[in-house]
Amino acid sequence: MSEGEARSERAAVQRPGGLPQDGPEPQGGPGWQAGAEPTGGAEPTWSAEPSGGAEPKGAAEPREGAEPRAGAAAGEVPAGGGDRTPLLEVEHLRMLFPIKAGLVVDRQVGQVHAVDDVSFDLLEGETLGIVGESGCGKTTLIRVLVRLLDATSGTIRFRGLDITRAGRRELAPIRREMQMVFQDPQASLNPRKRVGQILATPLRMRGVPREQVARESRELLQRVGMSGDVLNRFPHEFSGGQRQRIGIARALAMDPRLILLDEPVSALDVSIQAQVINLLDDLQDEFHLSYVFVAHDLSVVRHVSDRIVVMYLGKLMEISPAEELYSKPIHPYTQALLSAIPIPDPRLNRSRERSVIGGEPPNPINPPTGCRFHTRCAHATDICRSVEPPLVQYAGGHLAACHHPRNVTAAEIASAVRSDLSPLAAGSEMPSVDSNGAGPPAAASAPAQG
Amino acid sequence: MSFATEDGIVRAVDGVSFSVARGEVVAIVGESGSGKSVTAMTLMGLTRGPNARFSGSATFEGTELISASEEQLRRIRGAGIAMVFQDPMSSLDPVYRVGDQIVEQIRAHERKVSRAQALDRAVELMERVGIPRAAERLRSYPHEFSGGMRQRVMIAMALSCSPRLLIADEPTTALDVTIQAQILEELRHLRDRTGAGVILVTHDLGVVADIADRVVVMYAGRVVEQGLLDDIFYDPQHPYTWGLLGSITRIDSDRSQRLPAIPGMPPSLLSPPRGCHFRPRCPHAFERCVEVPPLAAHIPERPEALDRCWLPVERKRAVRQVEGQIGLRSAEPVAS
Repeated sequence: MSEGEARSERAAVQRPGGLPQDGPEPQGGPGWQAGAEPTGGAEPTWSAEPSGGAEPKGAAEPREGAEPRAGAAAGEVPAGGGDRTPLLEVEHLRMLFPIKAGLVVDRQVGQVHAVDDVSFDLLEGETLGIVGESGCGKTTLIRVLVRLLDATSGTIRFRGLDITRAGRRELAPIRREMQMVFQDPQASLNPRKRVGQILATPLRMRGVPREQVARESRELLQRVGMSGDVLNRFPHEFSGGQRQRIGIARALAMDPRLILLDEPVSALDVSIQAQVINLLDDLQDEFHLSYVFVAHDLSVVRHVSDRIVVMYLGKLMEISPAEELYSKPIHPYTQALLSAIPIPDPRLNRSRERSVIGGEPPNPINPPTGCRFHTRCAHATDICRSVEPPLVQYAGGHLAACHHPRNVTAAEIASAVRSDLSPLAAGSEMPSVDSNGAGPPAAASAPAQG
Repeated sequence: MSFATEDGIVRAVDGVSFSVARGEVVAIVGESGSGKSVTAMTLMGLTRGPNARFSGSATFEGTELISASEEQLRRIRGAGIAMVFQDPMSSLDPVYRVGDQIVEQIRAHERKVSRAQALDRAVELMERVGIPRAAERLRSYPHEFSGGMRQRVMIAMALSCSPRLLIADEPTTALDVTIQAQILEELRHLRDRTGAGVILVTHDLGVVADIADRVVVMYAGRVVEQGLLDDIFYDPQHPYTWGLLGSITRIDSDRSQRLPAIPGMPPSLLSPPRGCHFRPRCPHAFERCVEVPPLAAHIPERPEALDRCWLPVERKRAVRQVEGQIGLRSAEPVAS
């Protein structure tokens, strides 16, 4: 794949630019700290074109061996090509918010389990969608990933480097490579700054000489489909779609490898949504970006993602190649979500069978025991109430955490293996063939047992 | 309907005509700024103000609404027309208990009802819209409810006087899909049980396909097309509708490389383009489009299907197919 080659070539070029990759020691050794020292404008290589790639391409390869993922089973690498290296690895990540009470002395009276033992990885050039209802922890998750919040426990690795506890200084070069685009373009652009100033800040931080900033800002704006002569305008002078484009341009100004998008189109009208989605698509091809795309709209996520993570109450329910999640949802929660979406096609809508799940997500302060979805699940049995299901890997890189998986055959269940991404507290029970009513997809909508 | 602003007259709604029968769900769809909410609020008399200018007529069971006095409107609101707003947090008073707010509403419209009777009815209403432990929850404040539950409270309030017409302005936009499905189910039940007419204002074509009987498509203050649900989805006549249908992401379609987005953005209503408002974004525009097309029936066997486009019907059917699907051809390759 020529695209992949271009990507690794580029990666090789960037590495000498102060990035710590060369060191096989990923655990924040002194070597990488020194290399990470942001020395002002001394990094013109950031915007360097791959043409300067004097570095042997093979430099990217040794990383494979240096992979710190102990115990990663051979079948662990998700579908999408085993030769691609993970850009981002997340292991057993937890983010608990303490709830305090007391007038004089704060006592901790509880915890909000916002993200609770979540593991996944993101490959270079991949778009990973994260979906779930509000309150499922998807926004918290990406805030932890960019270190806007400090994880309670767990590990985040960016290109093999543990950034979970990295300090400000160590983080600076990483932050350039990980940019974020927020949901509300109105609130995420400073209303008192002109577009030129908004874009100049990241450009200057990247070390672009002062005299080139205006030119690069104009180029950035043109890249996101806007006229370059709006540098003197304020954010309020633009429509929502244009503001979101400015937000994307600001993220691009840092020349990132990874952009974390938090509901980037949900505040926009459908016709504008389509424009922004197309733009993100183009930019990904042009700059070889990886995306983490968080959204509650499953149809948007499906359109942009290579793989999709479904979250519920802070837990991973299912990870699947994008297309398969919709044609063959394994977790009952995913099924319920899909069935709740009205399809903009009246005839299809009338003919399909929909099972509306009742109730609302329980309180994350006191989440249900066992499987967190059991309180709303039509298939729940005793084991669901007592034992947290492990993430089970089925064929084709499709993982689900459910004792009673749907849409899978007995043979598929028999050949499934427990994934290393399973939560630490998960039970050892594998889904068994007899108890789940698994079979043809038709069995999906019928409750398994009384 | 127009607003006088410092920058000039904004024609927020221009030439909108439609009707709603009992037991019918009419969806008004359009993007933000298309005038769909203003239309709905004008029917309730909520857009009146020193800067508002009205023309035209809207009647409810024979009563003129546009020129009605506040007193007349007050009598119609509640048992006649009730409204559910988009944002349930800002439409509930945060300092009163939810139960008190429902009781107040009931007693404001029906003076003879005692407080105790009204409370009983509030419990019954809240149960009807699917709020568990309703008697207990009456004593809660709005902030103690989730978004979905607040929206249910709003619907319960709207139902409290058994309205004959319910106007719901984006009732599910702020909610998760699973809750949205529950609320839409609730609206359907209401319609079936009471025979009320429903005007549903939304931008979500999935919701429209799910619940509407008829559809009114608005763009830049004007109705561009209206007709039966299936006709709008399978035989749409206006290029804007094609663009709208083409640009939605669906969970069941091919993940094509690109979404056929509508180029450009909606015009400012302070200085709308001459003629058809969609002309600047329309790849099919021709000379005649500088004249405003009338909202008229163009298909003899479908007198209820109206649209505002100068293109002949055969031409529309030919040009709206983009890669086998209904959509708006992208503007770039258009040579002439």
